[in-house]
Amino acid sequence: MKKIFENDGLKKLILLILIFGIVQLLITTGIISPYLQETLVTLCINIILAVSLNLITGFTGQLSLGHAGFMSIGAYTCALITLNMPTTTGFILGVLAGAVTAALFGFLVGLPTLRLKGDYLAIATLGMAEIIKVIFINLDSITNGAAGLNNIPQFVTWPWMFLFTAGTILIITNLLNSSHGRACISIREDEIASEAMGINTTKYKVAAFTIGAFFAGIAGALYASNFYFIEPNQFGFLKSIDVLVIVVFGGMGSISGSVIAATALAVISTLLQSFSEVRMILYAVLLVIIMIFRPQGLMGSKELSLSVLGRLGNSDSKKGRV
Amino acid sequence: MEQFLQQIINGISLGSIYALIALGYTMVYGIINLINFAHGDVYMIGAYIGYYCMTFLKLGFLPSLVIAMVICTLLGIAIEKIAYKPLRNSPRIAVLITAIGVSLFIEYATMFIVSANVRSYPQITEGLLAQSFKVGNITITAQQVIILVVTVILMVLLQFIVKKTRIGKAMRAVSLDKDAAELMGINVNTTISFTFALGSALAGAAGVLVGLYYSSINPFMGVMPGLKAFVAAVFGGIGIIPGAMVGGYCIGMVEVLVSGYGNSKFRDAVVFAILILILIVKPAGLFGKNTREKV
Amino acid sequence: MQILKVNKLTKSFGGLTAVSNVNMELNQGELVGLIGPNGAGKTTVFNLLTGIYVPTSGTITLFKDGKEKKLNGLPPYTICQSGLARTFQNIRLFKDLTVLDNVRIAMHSNVKYGLFSSFLQLPSCKKEEKELIEKSMELLKIFHLEHKKDELAKNLPYGEQRHLEIIRALATDPVLLLLDEPAAGMNPAETAQLTESISWIREKYNLTILLIEHDMSLVMKICERIYVLDYGMVIAHGTPDEIKNNKRVIEAYLGEDMSNA
Repeated sequence: MKKIFENDGLKKLILLILIFGIVQLLITTGIISPYLQETLVTLCINIILAVSLNLITGFTGQLSLGHAGFMSIGAYTCALITLNMPTTTGFILGVLAGAVTAALFGFLVGLPTLRLKGDYLAIATLGMAEIIKVIFINLDSITNGAAGLNNIPQFVTWPWMFLFTAGTILIITNLLNSSHGRACISIREDEIASEAMGINTTKYKVAAFTIGAFFAGIAGALYASNFYFIEPNQFGFLKSIDVLVIVVFGGMGSISGSVIAATALAVISTLLQSFSEVRMILYAVLLVIIMIFRPQGLMGSKELSLSVLGRLGNSDSKKGRV
Repeated sequence: MEQFLQQIINGISLGSIYALIALGYTMVYGIINLINFAHGDVYMIGAYIGYYCMTFLKLGFLPSLVIAMVICTLLGIAIEKIAYKPLRNSPRIAVLITAIGVSLFIEYATMFIVSANVRSYPQITEGLLAQSFKVGNITITAQQVIILVVTVILMVLLQFIVKKTRIGKAMRAVSLDKDAAELMGINVNTTISFTFALGSALAGAAGVLVGLYYSSINPFMGVMPGLKAFVAAVFGGIGIIPGAMVGGYCIGMVEVLVSGYGNSKFRDAVVFAILILILIVKPAGLFGKNTREKV
Repeated sequence: MQILKVNKLTKSFGGLTAVSNVNMELNQGELVGLIGPNGAGKTTVFNLLTGIYVPTSGTITLFKDGKEKKLNGLPPYTICQSGLARTFQNIRLFKDLTVLDNVRIAMHSNVKYGLFSSFLQLPSCKKEEKELIEKSMELLKIFHLEHKKDELAKNLPYGEQRHLEIIRALATDPVLLLLDEPAAGMNPAETAQLTESISWIREKYNLTILLIEHDMSLVMKICERIYVLDYGMVIAHGTPDEIKNNKRVIEAYLGEDMSNA
């Protein structure tokens, strides 16, 4: 038993299968009601969005207030494809096309704007997302304007959702544990030193932006395929802020933090469901309180690693492995 | 040509509103480097206070304006004390999120109290304020004149405070170097509070003026103008007071012209496109100086 | 054999000329000092050489593997990849990262596996990552930092932070190393040790070193040649002995220091 737990890859796999299996079981037995299933889908989408934004903002240090813009591109691309091709192939194609289109936009937008720093970049990305929104509102013939697209075929099921969410987390975590990921992180730490150590900072900023946009595109595509209906205003400034709040709440530079924060906020949101009138007020107050008392977020830049989990289950191994 | 002049006049009115809001953004940014997202909501509160003063208390325009400015001043100081001050030494992003939190709080609390309905400002039907003047085929309403006059008076007053008074000098010192200012005996906290007070008063005035001009208000009316006013502040060079004024008028003008000659649906997109363009070409804004990090 | 030639290098900031018509030649394997009073423009010369500032005029030429390469106008990362590495006077480590990560980041430009390989942690990625750790540990041994590999850079004592800066620069695999006041803030014993380490590094990695330093004992002991900068201009260059006796230098800068030496 102990030997199995020493293989990191295997541990991850077991954990993933466990999560998938348990949730699948709860769905089949009806313990997770259809309403909770919707919450689960929203949660997964938020995780994908937060993890991908964390790559841009938390790890590479480039504050973006326009993540919802990339999400909308993914959503519209996928919706338009599945409306014309309502098959599973169409769905897969839609998600991929949505991700690639969003990534392309991320690249095109990132190239000129990533020369900007801090708040200037934030406000430029915000502007970019607003422009994307206005374009979707005005492309009446394709996007049906402000009224939005209706009757989008629904394909998202728990296995799909799990596949994309786990895939996003794995790929981004792998990236961050590689030399390329460290190059990104070094930009956050000290851009001048990073450049002086031979790192093409522009390239890696744009890469992080493009990869982040890619996964935001996936999140958007899944959103469209689950909720039947999309309109430009769903992907406004507030959506971008929602995602940023998850990232900061979980801890900038902590993937597990993003996952935990997204989950915590989903739980809070579900609990407050019956107080819909004051829900947003409480959410806002909570936000301010958290920032005042824990500005670094739940996890800071630390990760909840498997070795920590392993230690919990395995009290005789004192030292966590690296 | 006449149509163009008419658009310019409309642009000046809208630009005045943006300029008043942008001033608050730029001063707060200049002093604590914070994009105060709640600023647009202070403007919204100003509009509501004006509305209640005029409809329920039956006050005239000027008393309503003053009351709105005073209450917004208090609100601005309260926001700073409760939400931002505890975060003075926290990471910038935490303060930014707090600002967003405050903004959401004001919006939804207002919605909770006054409901989400759109309210109509009382139309002034008699007296001087109901007049309009015709110059050729161009119409100038008394409201437009009032907006311009009030804005100019407030701007002159602001310039006077910032340039000629002790507290203004303190504001400039703190925005240059907080620590050095503190060592020179300036009370930094008071100065920051004062900056919020000034900015919020201007936003409150803008709220009443916009209510008068567009005659309808709702709890989320501050979001877009807030963002655009920030664009205006960046356009002129953030932290620079004349920059915010010029920026406000430029953005107002652009919006009116795009609506008038192009497609009004693209208005917001054009404003943000200009923002991105100016950031790329001259990130420090029209009046800003480029600064570089010392290595 | 010449490795770097600096010709009429000039940098003005607005009306102020920080560096003016500097000529400099470095030969393979040399250890050269760059000295001068505060504000003479030494660090500006480093910033020009490493591309952080773009020269107003003049050329910087690197001779490497029998080829010559103009460096002026290139971005810092390209210059670093061409073989010029530096340390910073005001320590610019990646503070919140571990010692090991600081070194590994500097090795990044020689990493061969691509982004895609890193997404899936393909064998090519894993193998090279392992090699990176081994190489980093080798470098960390120079200053006995190997047992501190998992500490955050900001938690190292000041002297070790300076050491880590040098190791990080070495990790970029340079031919020419630029050290900006490596002994600043060190006590005499530490400085003496650093002096030895610098000589040792030069031998071991077959490097050319250009160094800015205020500690004259270090400069005079290890530098073979010295350039003296004052008001952005080279006012003298030669061997330590020549510099010691150069009247202009004594006037401009050394003064009492040297009469005591």
